[in-house]
Amino acid sequence: MSLNIIKQGAEGRLYLGDFKGESCLIKERFVKKYRHPELDSQITRQRMKAEVKASGRCLAAGILAPRILHSDLNTHKLYMEYFGNAQTAKQFIQQTVAAYDAEQTKEVLLHLCSRIGAGIGQMHANNIIHGDLTTSNILVNPKISVNQNQSEDADKDSKSEYDVIFIDFGLSHYNQAAEDKGVDLYVLERALLSTHSEQKYIFEYILAEYRRNCGKDEEVVLAKFDEVRARGRKRTMIG
Amino acid sequence: MVCALGIEGSANKIGIGIIKDGKVLANVRRTYITPPGEGFLPKETAKHHREAILTLVHASLKEAELQPSDLDVVCYTKGPGMAPPLLVGAIVARTLSLLWQKPLLGVNHCIGHIEMGRHITGAQNPIVLYVSGGNTQVIAYSNKRYRIFGETIDIAVGNCLDRFARIIKLSNDPSPGYNIEQLAKQGKQYIKLPYVVKGMDVSFSGLLSHIEELADPNKRRNKRKKPMDESEPEYSKEDLCYSLQETIFAMLVEITERAMAHCESNEVLIVGGVGCNERLQEMMRIMCEERDGKLFATDERYCIDNGLMIAHAGAEMFKAGTEMAFKDAFVTQRYRTDEVLVNWRDD
Repeated sequence: MSLNIIKQGAEGRLYLGDFKGESCLIKERFVKKYRHPELDSQITRQRMKAEVKASGRCLAAGILAPRILHSDLNTHKLYMEYFGNAQTAKQFIQQTVAAYDAEQTKEVLLHLCSRIGAGIGQMHANNIIHGDLTTSNILVNPKISVNQNQSEDADKDSKSEYDVIFIDFGLSHYNQAAEDKGVDLYVLERALLSTHSEQKYIFEYILAEYRRNCGKDEEVVLAKFDEVRARGRKRTMIG
Repeated sequence: MVCALGIEGSANKIGIGIIKDGKVLANVRRTYITPPGEGFLPKETAKHHREAILTLVHASLKEAELQPSDLDVVCYTKGPGMAPPLLVGAIVARTLSLLWQKPLLGVNHCIGHIEMGRHITGAQNPIVLYVSGGNTQVIAYSNKRYRIFGETIDIAVGNCLDRFARIIKLSNDPSPGYNIEQLAKQGKQYIKLPYVVKGMDVSFSGLLSHIEELADPNKRRNKRKKPMDESEPEYSKEDLCYSLQETIFAMLVEITERAMAHCESNEVLIVGGVGCNERLQEMMRIMCEERDGKLFATDERYCIDNGLMIAHAGAEMFKAGTEMAFKDAFVTQRYRTDEVLVNWRDD
């Protein structure tokens, strides 16, 4: 089987391949030689299992995530659905910022953020903790219209015609504790602040929609989130 | 032509460095070493610094073969750090600035580490892993700030190592981390320890409690846990040190790799006191090779806190036209890396 390497992410290498005739993405968590072999195999197994479980749980709850076609713990490979036209939310945001003026950017991003917020809210309502929410782990997948006559005018509308897909569930787990949800939000906020420092409103937009979707524990989770945030700031910095 | 003198005293080291146009002229340092099983306390550390600092100022000028009039700027560590030791450096810096009639600049300690590391290794725009007794951060430069992508959500990695060294009563000379590293070299058996990575952040406090219980079963705080099995072997110090290093360094390398993938960078620079650990450097090098990246690391002269890095970062700020009013020459215990406007970099 010939494999085309697409990318080397932090977790492993991504190839394009096929599984039982269906073209798919193969994610290989290769052995990290820097880690002690025992620790490495433990982490790899744990994360592969987490990824399979969480993707399934998300799909069952109506949240978009790649379908896992097959997992092979011996060769550390996951075979999953491939979104050829998708780009990461990080790329999408950066392109939007480059293409539009500040007002239009805000408008386009507001739409994206509310979609992301809704997704994360639903995830937490179903007690799925992603564990690594960054804009690199969220895909924006344009919807391909059935009638292929896309005109120039349709271009702007198509900006909002997309699916938001969550990927990379390696660090995910299943927990209903507000603490875990709070930390999940904190990780996202930090990632946004460092990656998209000029668009400070992004997290606000996401959080607003998150609150509408995160289920009955909304107040508790947000209180916990504030607590986790304060923990981060209070940490003294000596050295 | 900028000639800068830097004073560093944010933790248990007091150091003076002199740099002239990127050339190292002097780098002197003294470390406050406590008995095994004890850490350094602010008051005693400040006393140590007070007694050493003037001798060091003289020594540095002598080593550099300079007169005070040859200097352009006096720099000191403004923070973050322990207040009493920081104050010793700040007071001497203010006095020297007035005495010699030279401008005064307060430098962020973390920025000092980063700039010194870049200067010594020649790394252009690396992902920086800053690991020391008080800090654990993964940093990348973007748009005039050093942004923190990942950090510890509780204690710093060096703090974790130091406290473990205290538990097993290792010597603090030359540093607890160095002695753990030497013991770890004799470790054979890998003991499973908690491995906590949350996105690009890490946590060490749970791991420390866990290994504390392994090292001293009498310390077992969690009463609900079953008492240790009779047959369970007692772990040797060597194996504990080995496993501790393997686990925490794997966590650090992993978050660095995450930041590299997220920022699409292939250079890594390790700075800070823990950065001179050879096992950490080795693991990072292997990770870099796996993704065609490049590792930059320095030795103990520049990794461990020193006055030179303050002088160098101060000189960069001075060249970029940064000025500090005398009334702002205070110290602060909390001073985040991303608070500093990096006006000396144009990329």
